[in-house]
Amino acid sequence: MRLVYFAAVREAIGVASETCDLPAHVRNIHDAIDWLAGQSSGHALAFQDKARLRFALDQAMVPLDAALGDAHELAIFPPVTGG
Amino acid sequence: MKRVLISDEPISTEAALSGLSDLGGGAVSSFTGISRDDGGVTAIELEHYPRMTESSLMQLIDEAFARWALLGAAIVHRIGRVAVGEPVVVVGAASRHRADALEATAFLIDRLKTDAPFWKKEHYADGTSVWVDAKSSDDDRSSLWS
Repeated sequence: MRLVYFAAVREAIGVASETCDLPAHVRNIHDAIDWLAGQSSGHALAFQDKARLRFALDQAMVPLDAALGDAHELAIFPPVTGG
Repeated sequence: MKRVLISDEPISTEAALSGLSDLGGGAVSSFTGISRDDGGVTAIELEHYPRMTESSLMQLIDEAFARWALLGAAIVHRIGRVAVGEPVVVVGAASRHRADALEATAFLIDRLKTDAPFWKKEHYADGTSVWVDAKSSDDDRSSLWS
């Protein structure tokens, strides 16, 4: 799955995107965040407070408990601040 | 008329709203958001999620057309580095009578603040920078429209 990061999440992890083979037990975004947090200290820092993260699957906003299904792209970012 | 534009060049309010007054209606309403000098901010920097940004803004316009009797709507949003005093976003709506355009304009900017994938960083004169936190007051205003 392609992972894309924005703003403070991108800066903490150090890359704007990466491709990961998520393990079979990872079924929803919650699982994905828990697994990704173990990948590096940057990931752990970026994902330490799930309440301050927002998500999009294939460019549509979804909640933390959304199933990954066969989505191609998971975006993880802080609450938006445009306008 | 539906217009969505993401621009890395300075926004001209006139160009952003062009055409809205030629649709046969009696009302054009608009909102301009301007980069503000908050406690020593010299510039802001806007990051976005290409592909999702355009579709989420067009979705807001489609929703506004479904809720109000609109003749046209436009959203033009800046990305990249924006100096204090320059427009960050221009939202406009045209309708036969003013209530539709006025309400749709408020809806579009309120929902853009909570739904569109932009992130704002403030740059200060001493070279430091900080990501802006989302405001609960923006969530409150946005939820008024749901």
